[in-house]
Amino acid sequence: MTQQTHPYSIELEGISKRFGTVQANKNIDLQVPAGTIHGIIGENGAGKSTLMSIIYGFYEADSGSISIDGQQVSIRNSQDAINVGIGMVHQHFMLVENFSVLENVILGAEGGAVLKQGMDAAREELKRLEQEYSLDIDVDAIVEDLPVGLQQRVEILKALYRGAKILILDEPTGVLTPQEADHLFRILKSLKEQGVTVILITHKLREILASTDNVSVMRQGEMVAHRETSKTDKEELAELMVGKKVRLKVNKDEAKPEQTVLSAKDLSFFDGQGVERLKKVSLDLKAGEILGIAGVSGNGQSELLNVLSGITPMASGEIQFAGQTITANAPKNAAQMRDLKMAHVPEDRHKMGLVTGFEAYEAAVLGYHDSEAYNGSVLMKRSAMLEECNERMAAWDVRPPNPHLKTANFSGGNQQKIVIAREVEQNPNVLLIGQPTRGVDIGAIENIHEQIVKLRDAGKAILLVSVELDEIMALSDRIIVMFDGAVVGEVSANEADERTLGLMMANAWNEGQGAQA
Amino acid sequence: MFETLILILDATLRVSTPLILAALAGLFSERSGIVDIGLEGKMLAGAFAAAAAAAVFGSAWIGLLFAIAASVSLALIHGFACITHRGDHIVSGVAINTIVAGLTVTLGLDWFDQGGQTPSLTGDARFTPITFPFADQLADVPVIGLIYSELLSGHNILVYLAFAMVPLTYWIVFKTRFGLRLRAVGENPHAVDTAGISVALVRYRAVIICGILCGLAGAYLSTAHNAGFLKDMSAGKGYMALAALIFGKWRPIPVLCACLLFGFLDALAVRLQGVSLPGIGEVPVQAIEVLPYVLTVLLLAGFIGKAVGPKAIGKPYVKERA
Amino acid sequence: MSQAKVPAWVSVGLIPLLNILLAFLVSGLVFLAIGEDPIEAAGYLVYGAFGYDEGIGYTLYYATNLIFTGLAVSVAFKAGLFNIGGEGQAYIGGLGVGLLCLWFDSSLPLLVIAPLAIIGGALFGAAWAYIPAYLQARRGSHIVITTIMFNFIASSLMVYLMVNWLKAEGVMSPISRTFEESAWLPYMHDIFAPFGFDIGDSPLNLAFVLALLCCVFYWALVWHTRWGYQLRTVGTNPTAAQYAGIDNAKVTIWVMLISGGLAGLVGVNEIMGVNHNLLLNFTAGYGFAGIAVALMGRNHPIGIVLAAMLFGALYQGGAELSFEIPTITPEIVVVIQGLVILFSGALENMFKGKIEGLFLRKAAA
Repeated sequence: MTQQTHPYSIELEGISKRFGTVQANKNIDLQVPAGTIHGIIGENGAGKSTLMSIIYGFYEADSGSISIDGQQVSIRNSQDAINVGIGMVHQHFMLVENFSVLENVILGAEGGAVLKQGMDAAREELKRLEQEYSLDIDVDAIVEDLPVGLQQRVEILKALYRGAKILILDEPTGVLTPQEADHLFRILKSLKEQGVTVILITHKLREILASTDNVSVMRQGEMVAHRETSKTDKEELAELMVGKKVRLKVNKDEAKPEQTVLSAKDLSFFDGQGVERLKKVSLDLKAGEILGIAGVSGNGQSELLNVLSGITPMASGEIQFAGQTITANAPKNAAQMRDLKMAHVPEDRHKMGLVTGFEAYEAAVLGYHDSEAYNGSVLMKRSAMLEECNERMAAWDVRPPNPHLKTANFSGGNQQKIVIAREVEQNPNVLLIGQPTRGVDIGAIENIHEQIVKLRDAGKAILLVSVELDEIMALSDRIIVMFDGAVVGEVSANEADERTLGLMMANAWNEGQGAQA
Repeated sequence: MFETLILILDATLRVSTPLILAALAGLFSERSGIVDIGLEGKMLAGAFAAAAAAAVFGSAWIGLLFAIAASVSLALIHGFACITHRGDHIVSGVAINTIVAGLTVTLGLDWFDQGGQTPSLTGDARFTPITFPFADQLADVPVIGLIYSELLSGHNILVYLAFAMVPLTYWIVFKTRFGLRLRAVGENPHAVDTAGISVALVRYRAVIICGILCGLAGAYLSTAHNAGFLKDMSAGKGYMALAALIFGKWRPIPVLCACLLFGFLDALAVRLQGVSLPGIGEVPVQAIEVLPYVLTVLLLAGFIGKAVGPKAIGKPYVKERA
Repeated sequence: MSQAKVPAWVSVGLIPLLNILLAFLVSGLVFLAIGEDPIEAAGYLVYGAFGYDEGIGYTLYYATNLIFTGLAVSVAFKAGLFNIGGEGQAYIGGLGVGLLCLWFDSSLPLLVIAPLAIIGGALFGAAWAYIPAYLQARRGSHIVITTIMFNFIASSLMVYLMVNWLKAEGVMSPISRTFEESAWLPYMHDIFAPFGFDIGDSPLNLAFVLALLCCVFYWALVWHTRWGYQLRTVGTNPTAAQYAGIDNAKVTIWVMLISGGLAGLVGVNEIMGVNHNLLLNFTAGYGFAGIAVALMGRNHPIGIVLAAMLFGALYQGGAELSFEIPTITPEIVVVIQGLVILFSGALENMFKGKIEGLFLRKAAA
């Protein structure tokens, strides 16, 4: 298993992958020395996951080659990847929850048509593997009864049982407690000692620095740097990761914040799996300011937006808004929050902000469809809706200005304008806005940013969530950084620079402060 | 009283047989994630094919083969729609039930010219009762004799086969490689895919097994329980099997119990027709007939236990990740 | 994204049409298989359905039921629900109509009984849909399974009521007494007769007009009211519905009430319009046929009327056909119905990818 004849256990050459118009991977080269832990770091959408999916046979690359131990291989599906000794621990575990650990491990490698024999052999082998890597798992336990950390070890066992020489872990600590994460890294280290090559994908600098031998940095689909971990530091990595972006320029004056209009205290939220996605988040939002929430996506921003806007109920905490106290026991749904003059431009306009099968004028009233402006006693006032839609399309320069066109048929930027116009034109007191310019063309970005500033200058309170650091920095008057469901820092816009924010987002700022990964 | 009970239980076995076969058929399909409300149609097609072939060839066994062939073809259509083309499982099942309801009568009239029925089957064209050794001699022994010769002996081979299928199904589903993959694919097809196994292949094999078992159930109806095919002779048994499958929570032994319970209720209803019970008066037959469905609804609603089906059931598997 | 560039006439015209054509093609093969000439058979079918006044009347009479059940299935579809219980809801709806007619036929005039019975039929049908709807919305039990179960429960309930309570005295079969004529919906031929039109004797009655009114109601509700807006949002994008503050569970319940109510109106046509007494099995599979009608009618009232007429024509033409060619049973119509469900429902994606790909490539070139 540890016999290596070639210095690189895995080698990628010129890997490119395009999805429609998006170049997810651009001419990627990567060499991973055998028996090392190799980190791959990058922001969201940098193309890390796509690259790993190509290696594991989920996607086929448009061009480029993969070599294992110096041998060029063709990986068309997961079976091929398994055959050449690649194992993968996915971010979302690929486990059958009501199966035992043993059953999960042998699935696909049963060793015979009848389970008994294979199971017994597997039990022996697992015992050996467990001892070798101190994995510490009851193989007869049912997976859904295990804590996430142990479930992850089942995934590792699965890969090892198949004789993986290369183990890829995609954001493995996202769901782990700090103790579980520590244990994971001890396991990875012992794997390395046994000659397994580990590829660790993460956006957490601290993990990279603490556990890897080498690190590669990805940015916007490209591999931008390779470093020996011992010869780099978090400042350099953060800068490489975020890049020296062209500063977005937004013309705006100094903010004149007034009274607090929305105050959240100790908001908590658990997802369907029982993972705590919001950890006692508190914030105050003032009229006349833009509060930016920075962070790598998946660190609780979406959940924060959903809880604030009433889409999902909070587990605990309270929100003070418009003279009302909203708690878990006295919740308000999205419609009630709208009535209190809170508008919300959701992060994902396809999944949430629009009904793509609707014509534009219909999508333009989503959430406000009950309002008197659009309704007679029984029928909806179609002509009023159309007229208003026409006006807005003109005012916001939506193209084509055709209220009868299906929403799906507008470009991303124009769809976004329809959503933003809908929310802004209701003259809200608070605007929650998530990823305002995701998938929007350059021209429209400027226009959208101007509108947001205009709204601020009109004395409205704006909460901006974006994974684009430059957008946060260009627009915000105050910036909060979220990491792992918690607020880990706050800076005023004048003091913020990319490096500091980058470090905060990777939870590597100011040792000892904030949540530890 | 004891004799009446034995007779009711004896009838229970006969009535339960097609339910057991069809419910196990549904178990294979639904465990793999494919919803099957087409059990009814496949069973009816099997009944027609069995009776037609038995009438032509004079052999119940050849009838059985044709029943399986007919039912498996329909299962493959269901698979083609649901697995290959990611169609709606329910719509596909309704389509199959509807097509079969019409086609059996249409073909029956064309082939046999008896108003959509097949000719009455006699002799080798039917599955006949198997008498156990010494059944006649032991018939007069108290208690045991009645149980042995009335209840256990004297059924046709398909009845015994249906009951044998239960442990066999249990073994396949829980003790074999195929069973492991079957259960996995119905719970989390992504896990199966990443383990390097074809989701579609496992599901196709599951619906084929489903087809075979429905074919057996159909053949039982027309060439064992009855002597020929009658229009709509499955009479909702496919749906009742579906109810039993849910009531048995997709597990072979509980499914068997559900089928026996539903069969018993059916046998009881026949017995109680027009009978006035002391203290209760005449129990409406319909109240008993309807019990399987009411119980299943109550179970689904979580009032009596909880029926949690395979997690990925009814959802087409799309490989691409977001 | 790819959807954006496929012309509308392809996705709403060409592909559905191809699916239907394939269904008919396979139906033709069935005719060939039983040794009949499909063209000749189609000729008899068309003549039987449209060739003479009485035939047209029968076609429209069948279509009436199919419009009700087609709309019922469709409105649920629009909200993303599969109501497979139209059969049971129609059955219980008919019970409601029948009970009201039996109670009031000798005391009230038609002008009062008719609206009462219509409301009663709708309410009974809605009530029968309410329980599965409630269980789906509040307790998470799957509506497809529960509505199937409720079909059987309805059937047993009706047998019980007919045999034990509603059977007319002195008859063997389980049918109620015939209503007084004041509880008969007028036949169309009786309505037209005074104006000098002879449209032939057929069961076609005023319920047909009610069915058309229901189409208008459906159209207005779904596309022109805030409730329709909500149900379409829930049906196409439940996450967006949550975002918009729409209560998905509540929508599920009232959509099923409407669906059940529409199905229940079959009873008005059958019980009050044609049979004039309560009886068993008058729903005769219309609930299931409604699925084919809704699928083929693309969930639009005009499409549903056309599809209902087509299936109505098949029912009536099928009867004519089996009269002309005794070796063919009217059940062959059921086969065609099933094939339509298969090809335009379950296999609707079969051509979609290929044809859309063709157009996308053409657009790209």
